[in-house]
Amino acid sequence: MATVAPAAEETPRTAPARRGWRRLPVVHQLRQSVGLQRGMLVAGLVLTAVFLLTALLAPVLAPYGYDQLRDADGAFGAQQPPSAEHWLGTTVGGYDVLSRVIYGSRTALMVIVVAIVLSLFAGVLLGLVSGYFGGWLDRVLVVVCDAVYAFPSLLLAIVMAIVISGGQSSMWGGILAAAISITVVFIPQYFRVIRAETVRIKGEAYVESARVVGAGHWRIMTRHVLRNATRTLPLILTLNASEAILTLAGLGFLGFGIEPTAAAEWGFDLNKSLSDVTSGIWWTSIFPGSAIVLVVLGLTLVGESLNDLADPRLRSRRSADTGDVGETSVVPGGSLGAGPAGLAGIEGTGGNAL
Amino acid sequence: MTTARDGVVDIENLSVSFATDAGTIAAVRDVSLSVAAGEVLAVVGESGSGKTVTARSILGLLPETAVTRGAVVLRSKDGTAQHDVVTLSRRQLGDVRGRDAAMVFQEPSTALNPVYPVGWQIAEGLRAHGQYSRKEARAKAIDVLRRVGIPDPEERVDHYPHQFSGGQKQRIVIAQALVLDPGVIIADEPTTALDVTVQAEILDLLRRCRDEFGAAIVLITHNMGVVADLADRVAVMYQGRIVEQADVRTLFSAPRDEYTRQLLGSVPRLGEGRARARERASIRRPDWAASAPVVEARDLRIVYPGRLRKPDFVAVDGVSFAIRPGEVLGLVGESGSGKTTIGRAIAGLTRVTDGSLSVLGTEMRGVKEKAFRPVRSRIGFVFQDPASSFNPLLTIAEAVAEPLVVNGRADDPRAARGRVDELLEAVQLPKAFGDRFPHELSGGQRQRASLARALALDPELLIADEPTSALDVSVQARVLELFAELQRELGFACLFISHDLAVVDLLADRIAVLYRGRLVEEGTGAEVLGAPQHAYTQRLLASLPVPDPDEQARRRALWQQLRDEA
Repeated sequence: MATVAPAAEETPRTAPARRGWRRLPVVHQLRQSVGLQRGMLVAGLVLTAVFLLTALLAPVLAPYGYDQLRDADGAFGAQQPPSAEHWLGTTVGGYDVLSRVIYGSRTALMVIVVAIVLSLFAGVLLGLVSGYFGGWLDRVLVVVCDAVYAFPSLLLAIVMAIVISGGQSSMWGGILAAAISITVVFIPQYFRVIRAETVRIKGEAYVESARVVGAGHWRIMTRHVLRNATRTLPLILTLNASEAILTLAGLGFLGFGIEPTAAAEWGFDLNKSLSDVTSGIWWTSIFPGSAIVLVVLGLTLVGESLNDLADPRLRSRRSADTGDVGETSVVPGGSLGAGPAGLAGIEGTGGNAL
Repeated sequence: MTTARDGVVDIENLSVSFATDAGTIAAVRDVSLSVAAGEVLAVVGESGSGKTVTARSILGLLPETAVTRGAVVLRSKDGTAQHDVVTLSRRQLGDVRGRDAAMVFQEPSTALNPVYPVGWQIAEGLRAHGQYSRKEARAKAIDVLRRVGIPDPEERVDHYPHQFSGGQKQRIVIAQALVLDPGVIIADEPTTALDVTVQAEILDLLRRCRDEFGAAIVLITHNMGVVADLADRVAVMYQGRIVEQADVRTLFSAPRDEYTRQLLGSVPRLGEGRARARERASIRRPDWAASAPVVEARDLRIVYPGRLRKPDFVAVDGVSFAIRPGEVLGLVGESGSGKTTIGRAIAGLTRVTDGSLSVLGTEMRGVKEKAFRPVRSRIGFVFQDPASSFNPLLTIAEAVAEPLVVNGRADDPRAARGRVDELLEAVQLPKAFGDRFPHELSGGQRQRASLARALALDPELLIADEPTSALDVSVQARVLELFAELQRELGFACLFISHDLAVVDLLADRIAVLYRGRLVEEGTGAEVLGAPQHAYTQRLLASLPVPDPDEQARRRALWQQLRDEA
């Protein structure tokens, strides 16, 4: 039982109150940030939140369906300029642009979720095993991942899309094709990060201490290594999410996307609006294009700010001049026999050691 | 006492605070100090007392998050110029640094840039402060290298840092500081990273910096022996304030402040442990000597395989020793002597190459992890660095419960809580500390928790790898006291690894001295420390500075004699 215990006991373990919600990854950084860095983070979070809400509430927000060509008054007509009925106009295929932009966020979110879930699990597991055990398995995996890295990711995604769906373009077929092809490209990134952290943590005294105590490999890996190796994951997650959107849009733009009747997809719409641009029809390309830009910008801003905040050298702080000088003094070494302040003063508040 | 006005450095009412994530923190409060020309001022205190920040402010070497108030007046050596460092611009600071005040860092291996020859790095200071031709700069670098005692300076000036030993690197760092002939040298723990025998050499060199170069030295240290050896005057800092300032003899013979007394009282001294060892020996049963040893090594050899065309590294070479039940064996040696390797081999963390090592009846040579796992529960291990020996995401209680859970004595950490509380009590930590996270404990508290974890399974053998070397003296004294007490009560056998002879002497029944992988001397504390046979032990003993200026002066003479003989 002892060896499989960790998985079971980690879930019910609630963090003590003083860690609470303030210690959650993004919330913690938000509280920590100041000035420009805070502005960047907030802007990123707002954009991301708008994207998520749009995706979740798409059926409520969108005036029409993504594949709707006509309503009670008859067909919408192709390439209609923005009007009261069609706020953002209609496309060359006769779809409502606003509805397709809104529904497009849904497809994007699904691809992100599927791609990240798949690559996260595979990459983290491989990285953990590879870094922890080392040896020939490690060497082989590193070489394979380097090879995948060296391959142009969009080309790989195209090949995967053909292999997976065979040119089929149902909604889930398209989403899975895009997601899995993105997964293949992302696995090496998670693999590398987790592997590097694992190799570092493996040499830490607390892992050796667990070995000395007689803990098994699985227990050491899950309880001591994995939980300490996940620090940088939120950052890669956000950056990968934005990459996933770009890859999906790229695939759609190149014609490997999802048919308009199966789901709305920004890259596909951009592709179809190519000829419109030269004839002065701007609304079919601007809106899906800006949707891509804004979502990617939002996710990247979150990722970059998290990156800066995670590094104490890049993190800006409130100036020491504001406010009174705190009465806490730095005592990293901590306790002391009995100084001028006496024993109780230090021992009792050992917590202020940095 | 020098008057405040004619010093090389005058610090007046200096306060420094830092902006951190946890708010503003005052590191130095209202400190006034002065350093006279050609004087060695030692600033002592434990970590976090503000001694480094105070000394660094003389060079304006504080991070951007620091806010400084007060005045730090630095005079040039010839007395012609004076500056208030606090108000200087970046550019002016650049002029003053190196010329009026220079710095010697703690870790010589990181203070030198590995991609430039040492001569170039010494000349860099010259180039920053005046016009020197390549030839002149080189000649000056060679000259200063010779004066700090680097052999063959004409040739070695072109060598890279990795071609020098740790002690030589520190000499080069000192040469870098000396080349511009500054009025004051700030030496921040200049010998902490070095072995005792090398430390003695560097202290000797620093003394010559004062005598031959006429530089004043601000020596930051926590080692009272080093203070007794080198300092003229001492300032004791505690929590950002100076609590006592006195001439070195006065301070050691008649400390006025309570904290100073405490600090001096906690410094371990040679010879203190002998009575205890005798007492323990007297209560042992007569057949004890014949009982089967807990650990027995015969011609133990441990080799780390070399990489790519480099020869193998022999860490331990033909070592034989035994630890009997309930006995404390102290293992002493400098870094690289193989003492940690032996400890790790006993715990099954390093493979035995040759010879025989029997641990609790299991032969470690070629042992399988599966076969050794049951033995693990009978061994406890205390690691050197209290900062990294705890998983930062587990509470102290969970970490201490880990051995109990792993070995099936409890289903989960909660079930083990009763035993954990007992253990925490045994190491004199309040029960409530069990719910804290490692970073919320101080170094000493963490090391006590580490001891609790090691003792959780009531082991027959405890391996302590430099358990107190990362701690301040005052904290170290308490941890050692606790350790001795627990050993008396629980009666476990122990391998106590340390580089500090005085610490080992305090605890050990027998002392084994390692030198370059070989066991050069073994015996009781009285034998090894009282009448050392091997030349290395003699040198080690003579190099150890004692916290008493007069006694240390005598020992220094003895050390110089030993050195000249060698």
